[in-house]
Amino acid sequence: MNRAARPALYAALVLCALLTTLPFAWGVSGSLRSLDEIRSDPGALLPHHLTFGNFTRLFETQGFGRFLVNSVVVAMIVVAGNILAASAAGYALAKLDFAGRRLAFGAVMAAMMVPFTAVFVTQFVITVDLGLADTLAGIALPGAALPLSVFIVRQYALSIPDELLEAARIDGAGEFRIFFRIFLPLAGPAVATITIMSFLNSWNNFIWPLVVAQSMSTYTLPVGLAATSQAAAHVTDYGLLLAGAIVVMLPVLVLFLLLQRYFVQGIAGTGLR
Amino acid sequence: MTTTLAPATKRATAVPRTAAPKASRARRTAVAWLFLAPFGLVFLVYTAIPTVAALALSLTDIRGADLRTPFAVDFTGADNYLRLFQDDTFVRDILNTALFVAVGVPLTMGVGFVLALALNSGISRLRGVLRTVFFAPVVTNVVAVALIWQYAFHADGTVNKLLGAVGFAGPNWLDDPHLAMPVVILLGVWRNFGIAMVLFLAGLQAVPRDVYEAAALDGASRWRQLRHITLPLLLPTTLMVSVLLTVFYLQVFDEPYLLTGGGPLGSTESVALYTYRQFGAGEFGMSSAASFVTLALVTVVSVVQFRLLRSRT
Repeated sequence: MNRAARPALYAALVLCALLTTLPFAWGVSGSLRSLDEIRSDPGALLPHHLTFGNFTRLFETQGFGRFLVNSVVVAMIVVAGNILAASAAGYALAKLDFAGRRLAFGAVMAAMMVPFTAVFVTQFVITVDLGLADTLAGIALPGAALPLSVFIVRQYALSIPDELLEAARIDGAGEFRIFFRIFLPLAGPAVATITIMSFLNSWNNFIWPLVVAQSMSTYTLPVGLAATSQAAAHVTDYGLLLAGAIVVMLPVLVLFLLLQRYFVQGIAGTGLR
Repeated sequence: MTTTLAPATKRATAVPRTAAPKASRARRTAVAWLFLAPFGLVFLVYTAIPTVAALALSLTDIRGADLRTPFAVDFTGADNYLRLFQDDTFVRDILNTALFVAVGVPLTMGVGFVLALALNSGISRLRGVLRTVFFAPVVTNVVAVALIWQYAFHADGTVNKLLGAVGFAGPNWLDDPHLAMPVVILLGVWRNFGIAMVLFLAGLQAVPRDVYEAAALDGASRWRQLRHITLPLLLPTTLMVSVLLTVFYLQVFDEPYLLTGGGPLGSTESVALYTYRQFGAGEFGMSSAASFVTLALVTVVSVVQFRLLRSRT
């Protein structure tokens, strides 16, 4: 590229980056403004006086502590389920020779393609029948063994030499021991990717917990935030709502900055989020 | 996918067969299905059965009140589907969804492509930081971001304040039936262009450098290199990204539900929102039928676009 074009390119890119981050800046700035200040000057870019009152109000009067705990519990079930159930399935599909393997792999691929909107009504009916409506388990279970995770582990497992597993077999190690002691440690990067992906999926999930959670005691953070914003008393209380938005987004953004590689691999490698 | 499957299948089957007789294969099959069981259970309960059941429900007159007595409902054949297409709001929602796809997909891809080109043009400083910034919206929570959007786009919000500073009187974006949709689409584009960018970056990095060097030696301008080398070589990536985004946007729910609730005057209501509204009204049969229309559209789009890909390459 010629010398004149390069500064122009940088300038354009930095401008685009600023535009991209604008919504984050609005969110942070709004969350630090008091209700009175937002009412008197709704469009101001920066707070006149910084206040953390919105954040304390969230946890003291709006039940966000509970929503946060619920979100964490659901995410833990989802992540644990994916690490165990999806890894085991991915391992079997790549490394074990058995009758019905093609059928099982076909099911995984088909499951990745079924749009959520096509099944959530019947998923909900089943959840009610299982007695899991309005429970954290009911929210977590559909995501606890994502076909995407199975696929990621399977693809990674294909690159692990069979000889390593075979050597353990000859030494008399049982299949479960081989899976836990040899395969899982070797599959570290794939396990890291599915951990991140399933956490992100669970943390940001909105429509399913919205359908399943029917009382504040089972609201996850996104559902709680949406409910808070729909409560008539808070229609113009943007400071409170934006503080909630920051609380919902912050954990994921921090994780993203720390573990970017896995996010990009997981999402771009499969095109799913 | 199939290309990686074939050699692996061979390798995995070859090793145990030399080492073990028949009885051991039966044992191995049992062990393998044990490994698959937890996933298989979730798959059966939450994907396989719901899909078949949704198809069945869409052919009945089931309503929320019938849940306790599921066998008392009547089989009504294609009635729900006929009712859907006679329902003006459903037709309107199909058109809204089509608009979302027709504008959102090219816009998301365009932004992603241009940024990928810029990041791949040999700059080294700030490259990582810029990529991080452009990808960050992908991991954001849509409920949170929608609130920020409402705050910024309401009548006295930050966007109109900025517009006012340069002499425009900003409208009430989300309450205007003509302006609400562009704002909803903008939110979709903002949250998804990072995916397109990363996929295009991967595609661009797979193009060998010496192709460009040879073209430059022959005197091809940068524009001609882009048109005659980059774009043709990126065709598979382009089709992949377009299928992906089309499938996303055909199912669009979160953005309109949270920003506008489908309003004003239904101008932003998508098919997924219609499905949800029917579900909320207890019309499970109608809701399932609407969701199968989405499933059909998603399938058709995937098949057509992959056919296109195969005929072009």
